[in-house]
Amino acid sequence: MIGAAGLSFAIASSRGGIAAEITSERGGKALTPWVSIAPDGTITIMSAATEMGQGSMTSLPLIIAEELDADWSKVKIVPAPVIEEIYGNPGFGGMMYTAGSNAVRSYYDNLRLFGAQARRVLLDNAARKLGLPVDELTTEPSAVVHSKSGRKLSYGEIAEFAEIPAQAPQIKPEDLKKPANFRLISKDVMRAELPRKINGSAQYSIDVQVPGMLYGAVLRAPVEGAAPDKFDEAKVMAVAGVVKVVKLPYGVGILAMTPWAAFTARRAIESSMVWNRDGKAWSFDSEQGLQNFAASARDPNAKATDWFKLGDARAEMAKAASTFEAEYLCDYAYHAQMEPLNAVASVTASGDAAEVWCGTQSQTLALEATADALKIERSKVKLHDTLLGGGFGRRGPRDMDYLIDAVLLSKAVGKPVKSMWTREDDIHNGRFRPLSAHYLQAGFDASGKLMTWQHRLVGDRVTPFADPVRYEKAGHKDFILMLGADAKGYDVPHQLVEQVYEDTGIRTAPLRGIGFTANKFATETFMDEIAYKRGVDPMKYRLDLLANTPRGHKVLERAAQMADWGRQRDGRGLGASYIDYTDTQVAAVVEISIDRANGKIKVHNVWCAIDCGVAVQPDNVIAQTESSIVYGIGLALTERISIKDGAVEQSNFYDYIVPRNHDVPPMQVEVIQTDNHPTGVGQMATPAITPAVANAVMALTGVRLRHAPFTEERVKKALT
Amino acid sequence: MIKNFFVNGAPASTDAPPDTPLLWVLREGLKLTGTKFGCGAGLCGACMVHIDGKRAFSCQTQVSEIAGKLVTTIEGLSPDSSHPVQKAWLAERVPQCGYCQSGQIMSAADLLRHNPKPSREQIIEHMSTNICRCGTYQRIVRAVERAAREA
Repeated sequence: MIGAAGLSFAIASSRGGIAAEITSERGGKALTPWVSIAPDGTITIMSAATEMGQGSMTSLPLIIAEELDADWSKVKIVPAPVIEEIYGNPGFGGMMYTAGSNAVRSYYDNLRLFGAQARRVLLDNAARKLGLPVDELTTEPSAVVHSKSGRKLSYGEIAEFAEIPAQAPQIKPEDLKKPANFRLISKDVMRAELPRKINGSAQYSIDVQVPGMLYGAVLRAPVEGAAPDKFDEAKVMAVAGVVKVVKLPYGVGILAMTPWAAFTARRAIESSMVWNRDGKAWSFDSEQGLQNFAASARDPNAKATDWFKLGDARAEMAKAASTFEAEYLCDYAYHAQMEPLNAVASVTASGDAAEVWCGTQSQTLALEATADALKIERSKVKLHDTLLGGGFGRRGPRDMDYLIDAVLLSKAVGKPVKSMWTREDDIHNGRFRPLSAHYLQAGFDASGKLMTWQHRLVGDRVTPFADPVRYEKAGHKDFILMLGADAKGYDVPHQLVEQVYEDTGIRTAPLRGIGFTANKFATETFMDEIAYKRGVDPMKYRLDLLANTPRGHKVLERAAQMADWGRQRDGRGLGASYIDYTDTQVAAVVEISIDRANGKIKVHNVWCAIDCGVAVQPDNVIAQTESSIVYGIGLALTERISIKDGAVEQSNFYDYIVPRNHDVPPMQVEVIQTDNHPTGVGQMATPAITPAVANAVMALTGVRLRHAPFTEERVKKALT
Repeated sequence: MIKNFFVNGAPASTDAPPDTPLLWVLREGLKLTGTKFGCGAGLCGACMVHIDGKRAFSCQTQVSEIAGKLVTTIEGLSPDSSHPVQKAWLAERVPQCGYCQSGQIMSAADLLRHNPKPSREQIIEHMSTNICRCGTYQRIVRAVERAAREA
């Protein structure tokens, strides 16, 4: 037996309630909780991850189908019910949680095993039926065959008479397919839900309609922890179509017959709304806050804790023949998923049960948050998880704020409610990539070799705010803020990363690329500065330091070749970056020009090489990498949230500027296939762009940009 | 009551107040939810439909303005996903989260209707009206080029 084995194998027959829940979702005989097969040959496979555009709804079932030897055209994919003991993500302590680009990585071994077990059940049943030894049988897509006699039974035929063993069959590593024999893994298939995404039939939670449903809108307090004090309720009730006004702990909810009535009433409250001053972030100003962070980052006496240590950086830095230091700053940034947050809830009149519809990154948290809000058992909540119109980390924080709106409003009015945020709500109540300041120091020996490297990071806390439970379990490590702050991959014998903890009260969350986006801006720009300091080409300098990291060396070398690194271009600059993003190797080279009159940076080309081990769906690896690059261009150039007196200053896509088609350069992405265990692809190139752009600006102008994003005003100022 | 407009070829009416955006009448009244709410301000294009054969932000069009007009939504672009733009969108595997793609497809169909052989620059400029946060822009351009080629 390998992996987590089939401990849940016979659960469908041994536990009545769960068996009913599983079989009600699917057609045909449940061979395992993951796979059922109907007499017509339709194979239904459970999808444990939620789908937000990253492709897991296809790639996870495909892994099962590979080992099952299923005919992919017969496979139907359905969302798994919320049963963590079967479908939980091993990468998130068994929660059903889709984040961190880890679905394929974490489920891969188990899904292969579950697919192989289901195949073995079919083989054993066929052997019994045919009266043949099982080792004379083999499979071809969706059929068991006896090649000696030419006899054949389809999976659909076998499913009709199959007996399901109580114990999972033993599968040894050598029973799994050799990668050379893969028919599905590493071959591109059409993503399961794509046909629904070109004709308007794909259903997101905002599309859900329930009979008798009202529409909800909420005006939320600008600062976390503040509550409504007073407002002109009569003025709101005067809006045609408004049914009820509900005071919530964190805002004012409006229930109306139509969305437009709810939104009109929501606007009508604003002028008379008075909030109490509870909550920490009142009076916080992000521009001043960042200066304070920066002062603290360069203060050797600031109270810091060690995040990462290699060798003895403190002692070695003191002995260095020469040192070099630099500072970098990074602003808050917003997810901007295209579907404004929303949910539908139907709470019973007595408040003792609920049905909810939402696009969530965690089915587990959606159930728990609803149950907590209603103070009922989790088993009294039924979740319908839909497709997500973008996630990027916004729909994973533990409190599920947007879902709770619908739950509380439905409870208050005794009817089903679809509550929707406006884009302005989505930005004003955003949970941001944190503000951060970075102080880095390099120490060299007498020959000029880089021996010691330190990074002191002052950033607004994320994990304690977004998920206090996981923060507790992680031993009070703010991994969302801190990951990527080291110089992983590079041969630097003494490294130290320290964190100075800050809590401004501003709402934060994981955002695509998490800590890597700010931290790699700092570390990869610093690496470039060190190369300049040593008088070495920054590409050569990096490649030399990666000599003992073959996979890293290879992606960087390949990106340099793709970009034709050595070739000078008139009026253009090239910049590079390399990242080990939780084992996925990424290197990028960007080519830029600058309009000196207005400070606008134009990205002309991006070349990117990525090694994520086994690429389960290679075209999707490319698509996700293109997507990550575009997201990275936004974070590098324009995307910036600022805070005044605790409130967000931006409101919609006119002042929070995300990349459009004309901002995006040709992107060449090369997937370097290796047989390493598959690792993530959903966000790995995002953090590569900001440092690569900064380094390209340096190459073109000799000026270092130290504050991301590189807005036109900042660039213009830096160049004059 | 606003009468005498047509949605995907069928006569339609609404008793929504005249300042109601067409978007909400389509989505919640007529249950044509393929047209999406993205920004409510004519900035992102998720709500794009065709009115009398030209693209329009349904979030910026009041129902009072549509009497007598022909509205086409993504559901009415073709009965079976067979519009050349839809076919090209699948062939190039454009969508990721998919939320903006109805609007993107409606914008692209509008372009090709008025300019069947657009240059790459014209495609990029026209399609820059629509935001895709998954950043599928490179594939969008490829798909419009394919649709122009194969239409």
